[in-house]
Amino acid sequence: MNRYIAPIVVFVILLGVFMIGLNKDPTILPSPFIGRAAPAFDLPTLENASKRVSNADLSGQVVLVNVWATWCVGCRQEHEFLLQLARDKVIPIYGLNWRDRREDALQWLRQLGNPYVVSGYDGDGKAGIDWGVYGAPETFLIAKDGTVLYKYLGPLNSQVWQQEFEPRILQAEGSAS
Amino acid sequence: MRFFLAALLLAIPMASLAIDTGLAFEDPELQARYEKIISEVRCLKCQNQTIKDSNAFLADDLRREIRRLLEEGKTDAEVYDFLVVRYGEFALYRPQMSGSGMFLWLALFVFAGFGAFVAFRVVRKRMALPIDDESDVEPTIETKA
Repeated sequence: MNRYIAPIVVFVILLGVFMIGLNKDPTILPSPFIGRAAPAFDLPTLENASKRVSNADLSGQVVLVNVWATWCVGCRQEHEFLLQLARDKVIPIYGLNWRDRREDALQWLRQLGNPYVVSGYDGDGKAGIDWGVYGAPETFLIAKDGTVLYKYLGPLNSQVWQQEFEPRILQAEGSAS
Repeated sequence: MRFFLAALLLAIPMASLAIDTGLAFEDPELQARYEKIISEVRCLKCQNQTIKDSNAFLADDLRREIRRLLEEGKTDAEVYDFLVVRYGEFALYRPQMSGSGMFLWLALFVFAGFGAFVAFRVVRKRMALPIDDESDVEPTIETKA
């Protein structure tokens, strides 16, 4: 009987490992930036190509950096929620308009409303690469000192907001003041 | 009619089906390094493809960045670091020999060693059986142990 114990134990361990592994979503990758300084960026704004937006504009406040594009279905889904956050002045939202056409993006904001303080225009996706972006929408939570606290992949909604963002924002604002 | 269709098919230039539409490097050595790197980098959007095989626009952007880095004279290691800093080690199909990648490489030897140990034990046990034993091998081990 003894000889069956080892294989059974190994089997049960493997079963546990696979149960955990198979229930994870492999498309959600951890961002290597969490806990580190946000990547440097310096982009023309969406509204005005001669104006610029960079890390300096974010500093001193807890902000969201939201990667969006007009071709992105998830961005359309979360747009209403972003507008709500902006309307209630919950947190300043900075946009990163990623691999988009300027006219399309401006029209989108005109038609649907603009939740962003300002959006940087990243037409060729270079800033997106610097930020490790691989699929919009992506939302980064940035601390006052410019550290990346959290990254969420996929459309935001109130449930995600309450579970993932609110506790981290409270902590970030509490620890810095 | 069939001849006509065949002629039409042949008229499609194969190059127009290529995924990487960028110009080749003038230096063949640089081109070879570029080809090697893009065949070892994962497309993060389409995870089971390399950026060489993928036509996702993220792969396109990454190829363009790698091309630019190589033109700037960066080494292969610097190009890989560029990707790891932004996307994590998952971006590399060939894990690095440091950090968490080391676990993968060590696991190789651990498992191979364990396998060799088990094989050695089994062979030793079987060698200990009397040669003239005509009965089945399995139950014999059980009764002699």
